[in-house]
Amino acid sequence: MVAILSEVAPRESDVKSPLHAPALHESGLKHTSGEALYVDDLPLLPGTLVGHVIASPHAHARVVRKEARRALALPGVHAVLFAQDIPGVNDVCPVRGVHDEPLLAVDEVHCVGQSVALVVAESAALCRQAAALVEVEYEALPACLSIREALEQGSFLPHWLYPGPHLIRRGEPEAALLAAPVRIQGECMTGAQDHFYLETQASLAVMEEDGAVRLWSSTQHPSEVQEKVAEVLGLGRHQVTVEVPRMGGAFGGKETQAAPFAALAALGARATRRPVKVWLNRDQDMEQTGKRHPFWARYEAGFFEDGRLLALKAELVSDGGWSNDLSHAILDRALFHMDNAYFLPNVEVSGRVARTNQPSNTAFRGFGGPQGMFVVEEVLNRAAERLGLDPAEVRRLNYYHEPSEHRTHYGQLVEGNRLPRIHAELMASSEYARRRAEIDAFNAASRWTKRGIGYQPVKFGISFTTSFLNQAGALVVIYGDGTVQLNHGGTEMGQGLHTKMRAVCAHALGVPAEHVRVMTTATDKVPNTSATAASSGSDLNGQAVKAACEVLRERLRLVAAHLLQVDRAEAQGIVFAGGRVSHPAYPHRSLTFAELTHAAYQAQVSLSATGYYRTPDIGYDRKMGQGKPFHYFAFGGAVVEVEVSGLTGEHRVRRVDILHDVGSSLVPTIDRGQVEGGFIQGLGWLTCEEVLIDAKGRLLTHSPDTYKIPALGDAPEDFRVQLLERAPQDSTIHGSKAVGEPPFMLAIGAVTALRHAVAAFGPPRTEVQLASPATPEAILRAVEAARSVKR
Amino acid sequence: MTDSKQPLSDGSAPAEASSPEAPEGTTRREFIATATVGSALLLEACRHAPPVEGPPPGTAPAELEVTFKVNGQLQTLKVDPRTSLLDALRERLGLTGTKKGCDHGQCGACTVLVDGRRELSCLSLAVMHQGAEVSTVEGLAQGDTLHPLQQAFIEQDALQCGYCTSGQLMSAVGLMSEPCGASDDDVREAMSGNLCRCSAYPNIIAAIQQVRRLPKL
Ligand code: FES
Ligand code: FES
Repeated sequence: MVAILSEVAPRESDVKSPLHAPALHESGLKHTSGEALYVDDLPLLPGTLVGHVIASPHAHARVVRKEARRALALPGVHAVLFAQDIPGVNDVCPVRGVHDEPLLAVDEVHCVGQSVALVVAESAALCRQAAALVEVEYEALPACLSIREALEQGSFLPHWLYPGPHLIRRGEPEAALLAAPVRIQGECMTGAQDHFYLETQASLAVMEEDGAVRLWSSTQHPSEVQEKVAEVLGLGRHQVTVEVPRMGGAFGGKETQAAPFAALAALGARATRRPVKVWLNRDQDMEQTGKRHPFWARYEAGFFEDGRLLALKAELVSDGGWSNDLSHAILDRALFHMDNAYFLPNVEVSGRVARTNQPSNTAFRGFGGPQGMFVVEEVLNRAAERLGLDPAEVRRLNYYHEPSEHRTHYGQLVEGNRLPRIHAELMASSEYARRRAEIDAFNAASRWTKRGIGYQPVKFGISFTTSFLNQAGALVVIYGDGTVQLNHGGTEMGQGLHTKMRAVCAHALGVPAEHVRVMTTATDKVPNTSATAASSGSDLNGQAVKAACEVLRERLRLVAAHLLQVDRAEAQGIVFAGGRVSHPAYPHRSLTFAELTHAAYQAQVSLSATGYYRTPDIGYDRKMGQGKPFHYFAFGGAVVEVEVSGLTGEHRVRRVDILHDVGSSLVPTIDRGQVEGGFIQGLGWLTCEEVLIDAKGRLLTHSPDTYKIPALGDAPEDFRVQLLERAPQDSTIHGSKAVGEPPFMLAIGAVTALRHAVAAFGPPRTEVQLASPATPEAILRAVEAARSVKR
Repeated sequence: MTDSKQPLSDGSAPAEASSPEAPEGTTRREFIATATVGSALLLEACRHAPPVEGPPPGTAPAELEVTFKVNGQLQTLKVDPRTSLLDALRERLGLTGTKKGCDHGQCGACTVLVDGRRELSCLSLAVMHQGAEVSTVEGLAQGDTLHPLQQAFIEQDALQCGYCTSGQLMSAVGLMSEPCGASDDDVREAMSGNLCRCSAYPNIIAAIQQVRRLPKL
């Protein structure tokens, strides 16, 4: 029962491969019709209860009494749970072996917003009423609220294995500094940034048979949610299943910090035997979760008169908040990006994590990279100002050259260096030189409005720097009718991962993308996954999907050879494309993919397969400060033009030209969106987003009426984004490169442009003092300072 | 900084009440209920007003009946008068396409049309809409035919995570019948109340302009 061969020559494929082609967003129709479900939209089982977190109002205090009797007396209140009600381990620290993050405070609270108790009741309103009746008595203790205070008090979060600062060194920086003709020293700070994912943290937990629990969580890391829930409840991980339908944005904020709220939902469900949903409102979300790490840096740099960098010594301290979370990995990445695009011949960079009484700071797009890079860019900007040079030229002078000559400060070869090419192409296409001259003329003629232009190159290392995390899995299931379900370990947060994975799968099996359905991410389909983070989602999962499809294709190839009457030895030549299966040597015989899969099913051939991938040959020795932590580097460049009002300190971003390297883009429309979105989010971090706390450590900017993220009007007025052409990358999925994080740092070009404009308020060679974020207040102060420089 | 050993009771400070705008001991929603005012604008102003005594805890006000049309269908609901239009849509009518991004009238995710005009559904009470026509994203398409703006948002890739998308769309639909200049700048201004954290802004403008440049039917 196999003769289903159709004697039609395969047409010039009806269906083009979706790879390397623009594509409509996998969920576009669902998003525009309102059909797309996020955790908070899932239909609830009858009896679902609401979980409400009672959070510490103190930055640091002893907890002397907890009493819930009055709350529990309210009808409809099902439970009030404290630390002592946790059946398993009261800890959700994401780092193995470190136990410094209790899910619920035991006898001490370490920040405003730390979870103290969970109220479970019939409705959110009832929860709030009950929460007001829960009596928690505190004894306030002194709090440490900033990096400066932490430095004074010697308050740090030491690494659990290597207690000293992380230090990377090369050459003789001290001697080189002494010999340097030009020396620049100073301090700088970068600020916190709230993730402000539009969908706040949300989890729904439902008890199943045998004491098992199933969760729907808005998380980038379902496997870690599974692990933490299992530990908190004292279950084996096989008793916990976590599903992620999709996220309404995450940006790192749901890498580790979704797990505590999922664990609370699970705890509530276990205590009440009813489904429990924990959803944070915007204020709670902003108050209770960590942010991008603020960084403080002290630096000393030496230059030649022509702008070449001779030596750099820098010390970084990040604000880790009250517990470890991912602070050390974030510090590592900051140190790895202290070079950005530049060869540092003599260098010493070191870093520590401060412990403060703030919510534990966490991953955020760039993961420390932007904070490290900011320092070297500040140094170069100051050098250009001091020496009266074009800052773009100072950058060009210091680029890495060929890998044979140049390794990074941590010893990795800079292979496939596209910085010089991007520089040349972008300088030409953006007409940088002409516009810079025009701006200088404009500034000379305009008293209160000045313009500035800045060029920003970016080199960003791709891989988790914790090497073992660089692995991924997939499960591909083909049904008898030739349609496909694709499961992979990555989560969709808006970055277009599902769209890309569907393209990889459809391409490998030669079927139309519409025949591939990407399933929600679930720990029972693809287990032991890493977070969808470090820009690595499509690099890692793409390879796993491809591997699974290749297994299936090999199995199907044998069936096809039989059906196409092709010799087994020739089976390798069989082509899967355009929904058909054929052999170029026999153009008149072909099968549809559905005919083939049906036949395979009948021939008792398995139609599902897993795929697995791990990144080869990476590793880093922290003690030595040497190694190859990255699989490869992503590159990009941006030219940013701004206009500053010297009267109000406000600015406009007039034009931005970006040329970004994504290798051979898997789906160019998606990549372009990532570049644009990343850049604008970077602008937010550097210009309008300012996290403020009061003297007691309470967040003042806890909602969008006090915390300003970029709105439509803040996007560049003229925005020209190009992906670098003819730039395939070796040994990545179909020659593509990661894109999620690198473009974020292109926005540092806005700082260079702002400095150019601000300097124009002073005499030539004015050295600008511009704080970050460059809010109107900060710009105004910088303008005042520039204007008071003596001519 | 308090450094005394004096015990501080947390009895009256649930997480939400720690917001400086909320009066001591009342949550914002309960507070709204005590302020019987007729316009969302006034409600917003009241959030910054000095504390007012709330009703004794545990006494929910009597439910009120409200009848309005949602996407052309007549709906009659009995609601707690404190229920926002957003919660009525999401929780009572199962229309979860409209999102709650902030519940503060600051992000635009909850934008719907009321009698053809865009409105932030988190800032208005369901009971204020007796007899009104409410349109949500679920009602945009006519059967299988997408609204031109839905089509344009898909074609222009004007979305990433999608969480702001329904609000952007409804805001854009409202914009179509408002006086608004033809330039991109005019659209930037008119759409500035709808935040997109993914910053799909360039494509959102492109999608809206694509439709505005279509010949009028
Ligand atoms: S939810 Fe209504 S404006 Fe944000
Ligand atoms: S698409 Fe994510 S917030 Fe707009």
